[in-house]
Amino acid sequence: MAGLNKTTLLDWYRQMVLIRRFEEKCAELYQQGKIGGFLHLYIGQEATGVGSVAALRPQDHAITAYRDHGLALARGLDPKAIMAEMLGKRTGVSGGKGGSMHLASRELNFWGGYGIVGGHLPLAAGIALKAKYNEEDEVVLCFMGDGATNIGYFHESLNLSAVWDLPVIWLIENNGYGMGTAVDRASGQVELHKRAIGYGMKDGGRVDGMDVMAVYEAISDVARYASKNGPVLMESMTYRFQGHSMGDPERYRSKEEVQRYAAGDPIGKFRQTLIEKYKDVAGELDKIEDAVVATVAEAVDFAENSPAPTYEDLVAHVYAD
Amino acid sequence: MASNVQTGEKPITIREALSAALREEMLRDERVFLMGEEIGVWGGTYAVTRGFYDEFGPKRVRDTPISEMVIAGAAVGAAMAGLRPVAELMTINFAFVAFDAIVNHMAKVRYMFNGQFKVPMVIRTTTGGGKQLGATHSHSPEAVFAHFPGLYVAVPGTAYDAKGMLKAAIRDDNPVMFVEHSTMLQRRSVVPDDPDFVLPIGKSDIKREGRDVTIVTYSKGLEWSLAAADILAKDGIEAEIVDLRWLRPLDMETVFESFKKTNRCVVVEESLPMFSVGSEVAAQLQDKMFDYMDAPVKRVNALDQPLPYSSEIEMMALPDANKVVAAVKEVL
Repeated sequence: MAGLNKTTLLDWYRQMVLIRRFEEKCAELYQQGKIGGFLHLYIGQEATGVGSVAALRPQDHAITAYRDHGLALARGLDPKAIMAEMLGKRTGVSGGKGGSMHLASRELNFWGGYGIVGGHLPLAAGIALKAKYNEEDEVVLCFMGDGATNIGYFHESLNLSAVWDLPVIWLIENNGYGMGTAVDRASGQVELHKRAIGYGMKDGGRVDGMDVMAVYEAISDVARYASKNGPVLMESMTYRFQGHSMGDPERYRSKEEVQRYAAGDPIGKFRQTLIEKYKDVAGELDKIEDAVVATVAEAVDFAENSPAPTYEDLVAHVYAD
Repeated sequence: MASNVQTGEKPITIREALSAALREEMLRDERVFLMGEEIGVWGGTYAVTRGFYDEFGPKRVRDTPISEMVIAGAAVGAAMAGLRPVAELMTINFAFVAFDAIVNHMAKVRYMFNGQFKVPMVIRTTTGGGKQLGATHSHSPEAVFAHFPGLYVAVPGTAYDAKGMLKAAIRDDNPVMFVEHSTMLQRRSVVPDDPDFVLPIGKSDIKREGRDVTIVTYSKGLEWSLAAADILAKDGIEAEIVDLRWLRPLDMETVFESFKKTNRCVVVEESLPMFSVGSEVAAQLQDKMFDYMDAPVKRVNALDQPLPYSSEIEMMALPDANKVVAAVKEVL
């Protein structure tokens, strides 16, 4: 792939491992009662997040639903501030007022995770409208789960983006289940990307969401298209190895199915690709993994030692001054 | 009595006042744009934006599909990203379709991301019954939106207020539900044509001074209350009328000051009675003004039921001046 050097690929590897280790630690902290509320893990979907966000330029935008830790890390939000948000501390990315589902960074054009299924889709259209209105070369990458494709917001937002030629990539992260309901039990057309035809927008097809390089290539292509021509709908075929959220009894899928997908772990697969591509890289990858463990430990340490929000924080930012 | 300031100009209608406010703000600030159903080529179903499409073009006067969820939600996104959308929902009855975008995102994105985003947007919409449109098209649910912190809710009752308040709403960095009454667009008053005429957000206005009873009202309720005050005056009863103008921020200070003088209060609104503006005003009066209270607070509202089609019975269900007079006589 043109323009991709070893440094870049190793950084993707670092990001994927960081997401995995970070979230494993989150699960542990949740079990200990240190993280409250809901916790939706991205584990298994790292290749989709890292590959697609890597295709964005700094001026581009990303927005997603509540399974947002992986994308926030990929977009470069500080793991310390994310972990502090998980623990409800005032040093968190959202000051301890958003929690796991509501990570954002205005500075990095990461417009947030959103807890209402599909609720962020019209926001993505609005952000893209800003770019078009100001004639700026920017693209909005809007992530959603397969479950979001059946809510009214999906229809209204995709249609408007087509009517107004908005520079949005509507990326369905199809992990097979909307909570516990399999795609074929929820959608008449199970090839979700094909709905593009109904909106008169470009059908970006399907990409193997467990292959970070394939995802990068596919999103890079459609990003160039979207910035010039308007919206694209595409689908990344992925799988979450954990439950929908913590405490999911997973009655809707078999252990065998999970194991089958786990055998195609995107991190393991990418590691293999790198080893085949660059001989003697294994030692470097091990070092990256050690460094990531240290990063996560630092993040936890920072979060645990951060102060809780105050009463002043509680009542701040209901309105702009 | 700001609304009685005479500028020597000729009176204009609420429709003209709204139109002038939009036009002036669009000329002042390139980031201000309009979006909504039938606002462009059609000229607006209430003709407020007639001529705008030709003057400003399709970029700034954006016709949308019939898609209230994305009208509200895309305005939120555009506002977060730095534009200043004025979105129109043809009537407030359709705002229920957009309720999630309004309540969860328009009102909350600033708070839940700890102040990282501003949401400088306005949703303009029309409210009110009395037009034989039946149960689903005759709501007056302004108070429902005023329930949610993060939003401002504007409910002007005169052309003067409509212009100054809409300009304030567009210039403010907070999201505003701007609620116009669909049967009052032809009402006239004198309005300054100074492009910097802006009224303060969250400030009520005493529309009539009096010593005997405080009538708290807004929007169409202002008309019924003014008519009732004329009737009462013939019996020597002087009503003071506080036009709230904004349901959020709610200016209770002016109500309290009036109440200290009159010791009696009637709240007049077209909305349903339960969990209404009247409920809130009454609760705050008993909480803060108990020592000044000489009579129970009375509420004049629509009947607590859906509105019908037939004009004969629809008008029975809605407030009017006589119902206000009767309520005032109960508290005297």
